[in-house]
Amino acid sequence: MTRSPMGKAALLAGVLLAGLGCIDDAAGADANDGSWFKLPPIEVHGFYEMRAGYRTRKDKYAKDMSIMENRFQLDLYSYMDWGDIRVKGDFYGDLVEEQGSFDLREANVFFRPFKFMDMKIGRQILTWGTGDLIFINDLFPKDWQSYFIGRDNEYLKAPSDAVKIGLFGDWANLDIVYTPRFDPDRYIDGTRLSYWSSPMGSLAGNNAIVRTDRPDRWFGDDEIAARLYKTIKNYEVALYGYRGFWKSPGGQNAAMNQAQFPDLNVYGASVRGPVGKGIGNIEAGYYDSADDRGGKNALINNSEMRYLAGYTQEIGRDLTLGLQYYVEQMLNFHSYKRALTAGPARDKYRHLTTIRLTKLLMNQNLRLSLFAYYSPSEKDAHLRPNIHYKVNDNLSWELGGNVFFGDYPNTFFGQFQNNTNIYTGWRYSF
Amino acid sequence: MRKALILSSVLLPAITAAGIAAAGSEEKPDVQTIVSKANLVAYYQGNDGKAKVNMVITDKSGNKRQREFIILRKDVKDGGDQNYFVYFHQPADVRRMTYMVNKHAQLDKDDDRWLYMPALDLVKRIAAGDKRTSFVGSDFLYEDVSGRSLEEDTHELTETTDQLYIVKNVPKKPDTVEFNYFTVAIDRKTFVPMKMEFFDKQDKLYRVIESKKVEKIQDFYTVVKSEVRDLKKESKTEMEFGNVQYNINLGDDLFTERYLRRPPREAIR
Repeated sequence: MTRSPMGKAALLAGVLLAGLGCIDDAAGADANDGSWFKLPPIEVHGFYEMRAGYRTRKDKYAKDMSIMENRFQLDLYSYMDWGDIRVKGDFYGDLVEEQGSFDLREANVFFRPFKFMDMKIGRQILTWGTGDLIFINDLFPKDWQSYFIGRDNEYLKAPSDAVKIGLFGDWANLDIVYTPRFDPDRYIDGTRLSYWSSPMGSLAGNNAIVRTDRPDRWFGDDEIAARLYKTIKNYEVALYGYRGFWKSPGGQNAAMNQAQFPDLNVYGASVRGPVGKGIGNIEAGYYDSADDRGGKNALINNSEMRYLAGYTQEIGRDLTLGLQYYVEQMLNFHSYKRALTAGPARDKYRHLTTIRLTKLLMNQNLRLSLFAYYSPSEKDAHLRPNIHYKVNDNLSWELGGNVFFGDYPNTFFGQFQNNTNIYTGWRYSF
Repeated sequence: MRKALILSSVLLPAITAAGIAAAGSEEKPDVQTIVSKANLVAYYQGNDGKAKVNMVITDKSGNKRQREFIILRKDVKDGGDQNYFVYFHQPADVRRMTYMVNKHAQLDKDDDRWLYMPALDLVKRIAAGDKRTSFVGSDFLYEDVSGRSLEEDTHELTETTDQLYIVKNVPKKPDTVEFNYFTVAIDRKTFVPMKMEFFDKQDKLYRVIESKKVEKIQDFYTVVKSEVRDLKKESKTEMEFGNVQYNINLGDDLFTERYLRRPPREAIR
């Protein structure tokens, strides 16, 4: 059962690679002699990775194994006169889900149609905003599952199928991202990580895979995000707007057997720049939960204000400290509380602090890092220690953990307590 | 002070020429003139420039690591502020990463630095750091690559040979650096710094940077091969500059988020 899909993926990868090898050779020859046959040059890169991880405690609703995968990423890039083409995808076989998969990370064209305009069309990774592993105005899809099971940090960002237009002017710059069909987060759904199920009022996992009613009409259930930004005296100032949906399930239907993605509009702003010896940032966002403006439906997320302040400084040689303070404020808390029929109520305010410590050693080949979230209001925490060593220019090794603490089973990080895991991985990049 | 530097670099040739004409004798420039000319030759040739850099780091046991990147530079002011853009080709794990620096020559103003990580599409603003830390894990320090401000040290011309001026540089704030002093041997004809020797707090030589090969490119004397040796760590780093070009008319807007996220094609190959 496990072998056949994985075998297929491997075979596919092999065939694709062989084919590309030929193209690459041809392109190389072309680039060298600039002769008769004009194939666009193709740059081939990627990596091969093995990663294994285990839970440190028993979880009734999930396997002991938290990750056990072989991953092969292929990154193809080519350029013509008019623009660039990039295709990047991961073939991976995973023993936790017992299947082989292909994750197309990027497939896009990029061009500069005018002096003042950039365009990128297709599948792409998108990021903006000032937070460090905290997102207010970045409403592009995240992969929380990958993030918590110990995949590389790059997998926290899930791809969007979108068009990004950048307009650049003397007065300010404007980015507009249009996603014709809603791209949700890769949220925790119980397949790999146990979680707090509010309909059940208990922890759950592979016994209660989250079923969702995902808005999926092309051009009907679309998303639009914009950022207007400018640097004023060394401070990067930005305004943001978003119209779409809660990216992870933000509500339940009345029967409470299906999670929903209610409408969401977000308006926000951020500033980032030098403060003292380091870099400071502040960011805020108003989350307008458009399907429940009055907050009378306890099954749909309240509207919220979200605030963030952060500071990073090099405190020693190759040693960096980052601190953040983040608050989520429910805006219709009393209506929510009145309407709530069962289950523990959320707090009106969720306070969250983070700390990042990074130390480089051995000619910057060894990196020791710790990123930790701690919520004094929910009394829960998530620690992400990591050791990363570059054995040589191609090979690297890492060891890390995802540690969860919590006083309550229903808080953001507390619900994942039984998912605490350690992982290790080897990666060969080319 | 910077104005004075620029003035001196503009006026100096005229003055020395006049001096030679008048006296017909061997006029020795003063040490301030020597170091500021050397500074301009080493870091400010042309209005802007581009080079493909190949770096080989060899550690004590002979293990080698390679870095390959494109470096673009544009001067805001000769002898003053500069903008840098570094695009990595090698090693694979940093490929396509872009690093941007607004260097401020003013002593009390930290450089502004950004890093773009393509896998996450993330623009990270980097806290200004100790300039005497390793540049990309090599034996070169940030300060070696972007230049140490002349105002950080007092300069003394200790020796003049047939070919070289030897200048001793003593830091004004010794507790901010790991060396006691360093000497620079500057070519009398080209003003290219040929050798730098760093002495630790016990006055023991521990670090040597040498210009191994100098070429004249578009009328500018250019170090195309240099090497740094760390005598304590017993490691060395060689740096070669290929495809060097000057005055290529880089736009000011190159050093903005737009091109940090997506460098122009000509800039990265």
